[in-house]
Amino acid sequence: MGSEGMKRAATIGVPLLAAILFPLVVDNPYLVSVAVTAYVTAIAVYGLDVMLGYTGQLSLAHAGFFGIGGYTVGILTSEHGFSFWTALPIAVALTSLLGHLIGLAALRTRHDYFAIFTLAVGVMIVIVIERWESLTGGTDGLIGIPPPTSIGPLSFTSLNAQYYLVLAFLVLTIYVVWSLMHSLVGRTFLAVRNSEDLARAVGIDAGRTHQLSFVISAALAALGGALYAPFLGSIGPDVGDVPMTFNMLVYLMIGGVASLPGPLVGTVLIMGLTQALTVVQQYEMMVLGPILIVVVIFFPQGIAGQGKVLFARLAGWGRRR
Amino acid sequence: MSGAATLRVEGLGMSFGGLKAVDQVNLDIPAGKVTALIGPNGAGKTTFFNVVAGFHAPTSGKVFLDDQDVTGLPPHKMARLGVARTFQTTQLFPGAPVMDNVIVGRRLHTRSNVFDAVFRSRRHRREEDESRERALEELEFVGARDLADVLVASISQEARKRVAIALALATEPRVLLLDEPAAGINPHETEGLTDLIRSVAVERGVTVCLVEHKMRMVMDLSDHVAVLNYGKMIAEGPPAEIRNNPEVIDAYLGAEHDA
Repeated sequence: MGSEGMKRAATIGVPLLAAILFPLVVDNPYLVSVAVTAYVTAIAVYGLDVMLGYTGQLSLAHAGFFGIGGYTVGILTSEHGFSFWTALPIAVALTSLLGHLIGLAALRTRHDYFAIFTLAVGVMIVIVIERWESLTGGTDGLIGIPPPTSIGPLSFTSLNAQYYLVLAFLVLTIYVVWSLMHSLVGRTFLAVRNSEDLARAVGIDAGRTHQLSFVISAALAALGGALYAPFLGSIGPDVGDVPMTFNMLVYLMIGGVASLPGPLVGTVLIMGLTQALTVVQQYEMMVLGPILIVVVIFFPQGIAGQGKVLFARLAGWGRRR
Repeated sequence: MSGAATLRVEGLGMSFGGLKAVDQVNLDIPAGKVTALIGPNGAGKTTFFNVVAGFHAPTSGKVFLDDQDVTGLPPHKMARLGVARTFQTTQLFPGAPVMDNVIVGRRLHTRSNVFDAVFRSRRHRREEDESRERALEELEFVGARDLADVLVASISQEARKRVAIALALATEPRVLLLDEPAAGINPHETEGLTDLIRSVAVERGVTVCLVEHKMRMVMDLSDHVAVLNYGKMIAEGPPAEIRNNPEVIDAYLGAEHDA
């Protein structure tokens, strides 16, 4: 049992320590800002996984919710003088509410139909952002979004401070997803994903479960967006567009669907890869495509999922010797 | 709200387009007894279950649980009222341990929500412990306690049948609908399962209604047999009577002899 506890401490502690030391060790503003972008995206990818991995529905409006979260914070802080710390919960709550309303209609469908329905929603969100110029700045986007407001002596103007702020929210997100999935609620999610008929037969309201999953998913997307806008200082309609959703989906599938480290591993790895090699950035999909094909064929559970299998195999091999 | 309940259907009909899968069926499923529903393939047995358990709203007729009209209620509400069911293919989640599958049956008796989960509230811990304990008891009852931590993917077909029953029992049903509980298992295992189903009715006092093709099992187990053919009920009565009913032999057993 002691070694089990140590193993758990190591699997959490080592990556966390690495993440904490990262900006101090690399001391390269470009790489740190790539990491920040990867973390905020990973937060949204966790949201995508709540829906796809744990209740089994693919929402293609996901980047739209990310955009709504970002725009809400951007508009409230840059044009209405709200503190970031007030704007953030408002953005998450507003997007959750919107997710709930969209879910009421979208969740009358399932699977392919749900994906197509939410794809249409995703397209509509971008159109609204682009056309509602007086509010969103249209295709030009919104500029001059201030960095997060200081809390007492804690100021978030420096890059490293923003890095740690985003890291804290990422850790919080992972904790929330972990605690949900290891709970009575999470088991309900998995039961619905596994067999909606069986879940209903044992008294689970499948409709409400999907609805809850969709709202949590939208809330996490909004949280990612709400952290992204003040970090970048500006936001444009692209971040809420459907191609962003497909990027997130690729990160998730490469990392590992329904695996706790999956969204983080996939996002950091692929974003790091494409952003660090600036040469290939234009050809992102040309690089991602083959990687995705290889992963889907050879590691259908994603890199994180495969890592778990490999680790178990190595442990077994070690014991036999 | 405990103890066996009587399930009664009156003039029950279920049509899909022009097909009458269930046609004007009247049936009393008496409390605490084992009732078998038999009939050739396509006779409407599974559709009957789907309607009674709330998966389809009937196109005509009514369903009563004791004297409460429950016609057209969705499955999760039927489960809350005490009607549980199993499926022909067990539908368990192969990637999870047996325990995690069975514990889901306790969800309707728990109230923990997202906030209880995130803050690991006292209620969550209590409900989690209670659910686990109760799930273990049900696994014990069906004789699968040893398998609690084993993945469903690596247990036998027979064990899956038992686990599916444990899951249904975990909801504390008053009526249990079993859709071909012995499909795909050998004669020896079928005997064991017959004993288990009998004890569900006798020891747990649950009303049992099963759809089954294995005639020996049906005749051994049932207090009451109803026969469906082309959606219509053509006979009902005690097993001995059904066995000798010429219409039943013609429709069902006869067809089997020909084949």
